[in-house]
Amino acid sequence: MLQWLPENVSTFGQGVDNLFHAIYWLTLIVFVLVMGTLIVFLIKYRHQEGKKADYIEGSTTLEIIWTAATTVIVFVLAMFSYPQWNNIKSPTQFPENPDVVVQVNGKQFNWDMTYPGPDNEFGTDDDLELENELHVPVNAVVHIRLTAEDVIHSFFVPQLRLKQDALPNRFIDVWFEATKAGRYEIPCAELCGFGHSGMLGYLNVHTQNDYDAWVQERWPQ
Amino acid sequence: MHDNEHSSHHEESFISKYIFSLDHKMIGKQFLIYGLIMLFVGGGLALLFRWQLAYPERPLPIIGASPQYLEEGEVVTGADRMWERIYESEQEEWLEVNMPNGVVEPAFYNMLFTMHATIMVFFVVVPILVGAFGNFLIPLMIGTRDMAFPILNMLSFWLAVLAAIVMTIGFFVPGGHAAAGWTGYAPLSSDPQWTGVDWGQNLWAISLLIQGFSSLVGSINYITTIINMRAPGMTFFRLPLVIWSLFIVAILLLLAFPVLSSALALLIFDRLAGTTFFTATAEGGGDPLLWQHLFWFFGHPEVYILILPGMGIASELVAVFSRKPIFGYRSMVYAMIAIAFLGWIVWGHHMFQSGMRPGLGSVFMTTTMLIAVPSAIKTFNWLGTMFRGSIRFTAPMLHAIAFVSMFVIGGLSGIYMANTPVDIFIHDTYYIVAHIHYVVFGGSLFAMFGGIIFWFPKMYGRHMNDVLSKIHFWLTFIAFNCTFFPMHILGVGGHMRRISNPMQYEFLQQFEGMNIFITMSAFTLGFAQLILVFNFFWSMYRGKVAEKNPWHVNTLEWEAPTPVPHGNFGQIPTVYRGPYEYSVPGEESDWIPQADPEHAPATSGD
Repeated sequence: MLQWLPENVSTFGQGVDNLFHAIYWLTLIVFVLVMGTLIVFLIKYRHQEGKKADYIEGSTTLEIIWTAATTVIVFVLAMFSYPQWNNIKSPTQFPENPDVVVQVNGKQFNWDMTYPGPDNEFGTDDDLELENELHVPVNAVVHIRLTAEDVIHSFFVPQLRLKQDALPNRFIDVWFEATKAGRYEIPCAELCGFGHSGMLGYLNVHTQNDYDAWVQERWPQ
Repeated sequence: MHDNEHSSHHEESFISKYIFSLDHKMIGKQFLIYGLIMLFVGGGLALLFRWQLAYPERPLPIIGASPQYLEEGEVVTGADRMWERIYESEQEEWLEVNMPNGVVEPAFYNMLFTMHATIMVFFVVVPILVGAFGNFLIPLMIGTRDMAFPILNMLSFWLAVLAAIVMTIGFFVPGGHAAAGWTGYAPLSSDPQWTGVDWGQNLWAISLLIQGFSSLVGSINYITTIINMRAPGMTFFRLPLVIWSLFIVAILLLLAFPVLSSALALLIFDRLAGTTFFTATAEGGGDPLLWQHLFWFFGHPEVYILILPGMGIASELVAVFSRKPIFGYRSMVYAMIAIAFLGWIVWGHHMFQSGMRPGLGSVFMTTTMLIAVPSAIKTFNWLGTMFRGSIRFTAPMLHAIAFVSMFVIGGLSGIYMANTPVDIFIHDTYYIVAHIHYVVFGGSLFAMFGGIIFWFPKMYGRHMNDVLSKIHFWLTFIAFNCTFFPMHILGVGGHMRRISNPMQYEFLQQFEGMNIFITMSAFTLGFAQLILVFNFFWSMYRGKVAEKNPWHVNTLEWEAPTPVPHGNFGQIPTVYRGPYEYSVPGEESDWIPQADPEHAPATSGD
């Protein structure tokens, strides 16, 4: 089933995919064991003439075993998940000194991208606003200040394994580092009105040279 | 009241017997019919939007305009004539606004899935599992003559009817019905300018407020009845598990629904009185996340309200048709209590990507994954109950086995979403759609079908047709899995939920065939339910006449005569043992009714 996952192109995506695979195998094994047992029981203990069921009220030992086993598995899984989650979502753990900072503003039904320009400050004359097109260099840390204008939207780039809701009047920081140049879709993943379907932006990951050329073209010096 | 045969025959008018009835059994049946009607409304809405997902922007079959009409304006079919008439009429027709030529408009699409979920959750599953089974079973299974508050009970049903009427009116008001998802996230829901939906959303909120009162009244009644009116000898640990589940659910409803009601009231203020509880304005005011916290603080217990009665029903069916005591009766009870308790501290797992502080995500992940523990206990105990049993594959048992299997899938798929890093990817994709349907359709609805067939003889004095029941079961089981299992794959592929046209996205092009397959399966699933309805109403009059206890069940409802008279029992039974004394060693028969005074000391049973 996991071959349907879109190709991963972010640094932290592999960690997400590893957990995905781990849970996949864990649940698959549990599923096969439980269903296998169920089917064996259904065949073996089907009603047969003259055969009576055994009177069994339960087993405390078994109850303790499967309670403890499930608890242990749950906590082990949680232990492996905390660092991944914090790495992706906790602003205090983001890589510092980003190469690119962009403000992304979701509004019915477009993504507005704002670049601070060479002075690295938003709200100045050299800001650049683009509709639905985000340009970043490959292998570079990108910070996004995510916000929304009207209702809640959700910034989703499947290949980056990144999704974050954008809220009106609030700025949420998001980061990623793309590992492969290409053009990727940025759908909105949170219902935002009649135009929700088709609210679509593009993430253009350029090689460093291409990106430099793009910057040069936008802010000629 | 000794002579029950005669006490049941005191004259009642049609209205007091069938409409404004105070009898818990009639109210239960009313809830059942009500839920079945709404099941078809909710299911029909789903088929409309499934068509759009498989064949985006193409006219619906039968009512859609023909290609000739679309291209050249040539009237070929009856549907074309209808559209011709609609376009010629002066006023704006409903169909013209919502699906011109039979093509589902994007705004109408949003309304369809919003109302599908709203109706299924609030007007089908809760009324049937809690309203119908709760009302019918509680007094009968604890051994009493009626509910503690019969008038409140009647009120509970008629408030639910009022709520359904208000909800239905919403479809026909200008601007259309609510279209902000059943979760009604603000500010999309709280400000009409973002959707263009005006009174639809207001009526949605008002209807749910009324439904909240209905649930509140009902739950107070259930709790009071179960605590105070149990038959002599019916201790708490001799209660059948389905009664335990309904008892716990009533407590959850009592505590959870007022939270939703408060949120709905604030939403109505925001929409009608200009307050900003759920809007972050420049001058301050509220926060969209407040709605999500309130909604899910209600919403997650609500999920357990939907599944716990299913667990209770499945437990009854598995024990009866394996002819064995429930494996670990007490741990089953404690597991349900644990699920109900944990249900209050997991709401944040719906909000991992919402902008809630990431540290909280880790906390909610831990509590959420802990639910795997009581869920595993229950699953293993159901398997333990079948172990060395003597399993009868009756139609109700098939549904119970389906319940257990589908619950296993639904439970395991929940782990993916509980896991915060994985949830980043699958949040708001079809993965969650698959998960919720495995739990609420695969779980609650299979238990509901099984329960209907199982208790039908006590409700109507006749059996449902066995062959039809089994055909319905297999068609439903196969079509259900063909409909919802592929949605896991869509989710893994990143297919967002709530989009009306997946073909607008390059990375979703590859799923066109799968979406068509899902839609075909969904139509099969929908039409298979007609068999159930036919069987239900046909059997009411033509079914095989049932004896008093056809399945050889221990619990008290089968002590009452069939059909059950007003007041239920000639003499209130005394309970001597637990509900699952099947295949007791040294006994000739493989069941000992709870009210059978013989063999009293033989087993502990509790």
